[in-house]
Amino acid sequence: MDWIPQIFRRRKFYEDLSEEIRLHIEERTEQLMREGMSAEEATRAARRAFGNRTLLEERSREVWQWPTLESVGADLRFALRQLRKSPGFGVIAVLTLALAIGANAVVFGVLNALILRPLNVPQAESLFVIQPGERHSYPDYLDLRQRNRSFDDVAVFAIRQSGLDTGKDPSKVWQYETSGNYFDVLRIQPYLGRFFHASDEHGPNSAPYVVLSYAYWHSHFQDDRTVVGRVVRLNRQAFSILGVAPPGFQGTILFFAPDIFLPMVNHEQLTGEELLNGRGTHWMFEMVGRLKPGFTPEQATGDLNSVDSYLKNTYPKEEDNEPYTLARPGLHGDYLGGATRAFLTGLMLLSGLILLAACANLGSLFAARAADRSREMALRLALGSSRNRILRQLFTESILLSLAGGFAGLMGSIVLLRWLSMWQPVPQFPLHVPVSPDANVYLVAMVLALVSGVLFGVVPVRQILRANPYEIVKAGSTGAFGRRITARDILLVVQIAICAVLVTSSMVALRGLMRSMHSNFGFDPQNVMLVDTDLTTAGYSGDRIPAMQRRMIEALQAIPGADSVGSVNWPPLELPNGGWQGKVYTDTTTDLSPSNAAGDPHMYNVSPDYFRASGTSILAGRAFTWHDDTNAPRVAVVNREFASKILGSVPDAVGRYFKLRDGTRVRVVGLVEDGKYVNLTEDQQPAMFLPLLQSPASWIWLVVRSSRDPQQLAAAMRSVLRDIDPGMVLAIRPWSTELGGTLFPSRMATVSLGVLGIMGAMLSITGIFGMAAYSVSKRLKELGIRVALGAQRKEVLQAALGRAFKLLAIGSAAGLVLGILAGRVLASIVYQATPRDPVVLVGVVLAMAALGLLATWIPAQRALSVNPLILLRED
Amino acid sequence: MPVVNKAMRETNSRDLFPGALEMMILESLRREPAHGYALVQHIQQRSNNLLQVEEGSLYPALQRLLKAKLVKAEWELSSTNRRVRTYQITAAGLRRLEQHISSFERMFEGISLVLNLGKATTS
Repeated sequence: MDWIPQIFRRRKFYEDLSEEIRLHIEERTEQLMREGMSAEEATRAARRAFGNRTLLEERSREVWQWPTLESVGADLRFALRQLRKSPGFGVIAVLTLALAIGANAVVFGVLNALILRPLNVPQAESLFVIQPGERHSYPDYLDLRQRNRSFDDVAVFAIRQSGLDTGKDPSKVWQYETSGNYFDVLRIQPYLGRFFHASDEHGPNSAPYVVLSYAYWHSHFQDDRTVVGRVVRLNRQAFSILGVAPPGFQGTILFFAPDIFLPMVNHEQLTGEELLNGRGTHWMFEMVGRLKPGFTPEQATGDLNSVDSYLKNTYPKEEDNEPYTLARPGLHGDYLGGATRAFLTGLMLLSGLILLAACANLGSLFAARAADRSREMALRLALGSSRNRILRQLFTESILLSLAGGFAGLMGSIVLLRWLSMWQPVPQFPLHVPVSPDANVYLVAMVLALVSGVLFGVVPVRQILRANPYEIVKAGSTGAFGRRITARDILLVVQIAICAVLVTSSMVALRGLMRSMHSNFGFDPQNVMLVDTDLTTAGYSGDRIPAMQRRMIEALQAIPGADSVGSVNWPPLELPNGGWQGKVYTDTTTDLSPSNAAGDPHMYNVSPDYFRASGTSILAGRAFTWHDDTNAPRVAVVNREFASKILGSVPDAVGRYFKLRDGTRVRVVGLVEDGKYVNLTEDQQPAMFLPLLQSPASWIWLVVRSSRDPQQLAAAMRSVLRDIDPGMVLAIRPWSTELGGTLFPSRMATVSLGVLGIMGAMLSITGIFGMAAYSVSKRLKELGIRVALGAQRKEVLQAALGRAFKLLAIGSAAGLVLGILAGRVLASIVYQATPRDPVVLVGVVLAMAALGLLATWIPAQRALSVNPLILLRED
Repeated sequence: MPVVNKAMRETNSRDLFPGALEMMILESLRREPAHGYALVQHIQQRSNNLLQVEEGSLYPALQRLLKAKLVKAEWELSSTNRRVRTYQITAAGLRRLEQHISSFERMFEGISLVLNLGKATTS
């Protein structure tokens, strides 16, 4: 294999060759001069004797070259020259492709990062999320861990927020409270110091350790390597820093990056809640298991469910989870994974359609160009060029364009993906989208570029293979424009149909988002401030908590301009995975096992003025008062759905009783309107509100309604609350901002669909424009004759653009039908999206008509301004 | 003029003319190493000027031989004190030359037999 050094030695060979030939001619000249010729004669004779020096030198060089490579080079040069001759075509083609391939690369980048790429831990393929993970107590976890036979080990974690005080300004951190074996199950190694292990746990509160995430260490400890061993205060309790997690690791949920990790066994020390032994206290978030070698996920599922049925038999009152399934880690099992996967797959299909449309678009442009160049090609054929050679040359051109477009699109998508990775869409949660591109993305983009190059390059092939050089040279390029349906027409219809699908889908999505923004939430977020206060993180416990909460509410009430102040343990629509739910029973039920429950309504602990502050209207009965405390009979306020589903009657709901899980009888004293509780797409759900003093919560949100300027109000609230306790961590935000988290998925969906819709519209404009402009320029002479014979403007336009409009109409109609079908799929993703919305239908028709007018405007002007005299004189 | 414009391995035994120039070059170089100009002179003289080789056509052939490692080249000073690139036949070149000559002789013999036979029947 000596061709590699040959490449480098080639230049030397060429130089030697030229020198040798020069010396040869010199020697011959001298010889001839010795024989008596003049210097001039001798030079000429020597050259003649040598032959065509350039040709011979070239042939000598060819020996060292790869013949194909060399001619590919020639094709490339020719293609570049062709494109330089029509820069407009080149720029449009590259831009179109850059957009289409860029869109595909971005969507694939996200798909790749969130779904295809395994979690960034060693041997991720044997790691599984055991779901449902959240319906578990710590004792359940211990049982499951010990009794299963198919996992090497199982870890669990819960997510919480704490106040972290390093001696300076206390701040809130998000933490994973994990089982001791968490890092060992994941098989990762610390970046600094050490991790905690199962062997560090010796019963409750035995392991006051904390591990920092790399990002938190970087941003809050400035990469200080001496942090290991330092003691920090979490919720005012001492914890010592054991180590720092490696840079790429941010927990087992891709969207949600915790700041710190600490052992679950210290939960009581941290919060004052004794949860570890509560069999019925389901506070775990996710279970992650490392499958034993040789076990299939199916075997493991069966194994887990046999443990589950043992637990259900042993603790019938506490266990009510659904059967176990396994899921890939990263997106919290199927909970987020299912929706994300469906949405991204849909998006990938749509962006694939964009690329197809772009290819159709470029294909028809290419075919038009080939037709324009038919004379040149005919000449080349007539002069003995093979059809293969001409095709190869055309493909070189299309692949050159597609690679340039692919490269530009890839660059754009890398920038966009990097930016997406840095983006923090929802300020109050450590949510982010870790989608930095990798080799797979580059590869896919380039493969797509090549494939599309071949796709649109193949369009004119038939045209060339069939071309008859004799006819074309004889008739010139103007004669061949026929009336029959050409491949170009079909391509245009396909392209317009695809674009109409995209426009329809994005309109469906936009309408859906608009509706969901204006739907009834069951509360009014306008003019409301929320303060998130966790008294546990501030070091309060026991009876001091409700007293303090009441003090805060009353202090805020005293702020001038505050209309009403209430509190709720979690505002509705706040938590991405819902809030608290509690099983309830009808008053007549005596066997309180989970299967007899009448429902599983959302449960909110609220202060007396919450309904007024949140803007929830009371339909019947009363709100709470501060007298609804532990000494008074238990009461509740329920929503309409609760009344009709669980109490059986809406008008008579007030005054009826129901039972909580522990058997307590609760009297319904008020009825409020229905609302949205977890997300905007949910079916109507039952909800009950319990008075704060009867079911206390340490972490509450203060709800302040006021028409004052939000910034002034926030400042006033902050100073009032700081007066009460300067050590409290406060986050004060308008409710409408807070809702950003809930609306985030649908906003993302709408933005991405909107972008695809706009791209579709742009593509259809360029496609129709190209087609119309081409057909006008082809038929200028005919149009000129028509004008000369007295055709009216209308007739000229009809002749010039009738076909384009007909194709547009066919394509739009097909696209609309397809779009409505696609809209059904969308309806399951985008809130309130319905394809049978008259606004959408009319909108799409209008949009396509407008696009058609826009795209044909310039060609129409050109057709109308035809001057028959000049035109006919030309030939 | 021998028409030699195809790669050597394609032309080994297909035709009389392609490869002939290479064969003559190798044969000349077997007698003594020489540079391009001397090779041309040599071939023309040996053929009694029957073969009017276009001088330049030698060079593509020489490059093919170089690439196939049948000859090797080196810059040196000639007896007349000019800078020349002298070609020398390699061991592989010698082997190739022998194969060529024997196959050429057989072919030549065959052809002359056919031609003689043709003469015999017409006379």
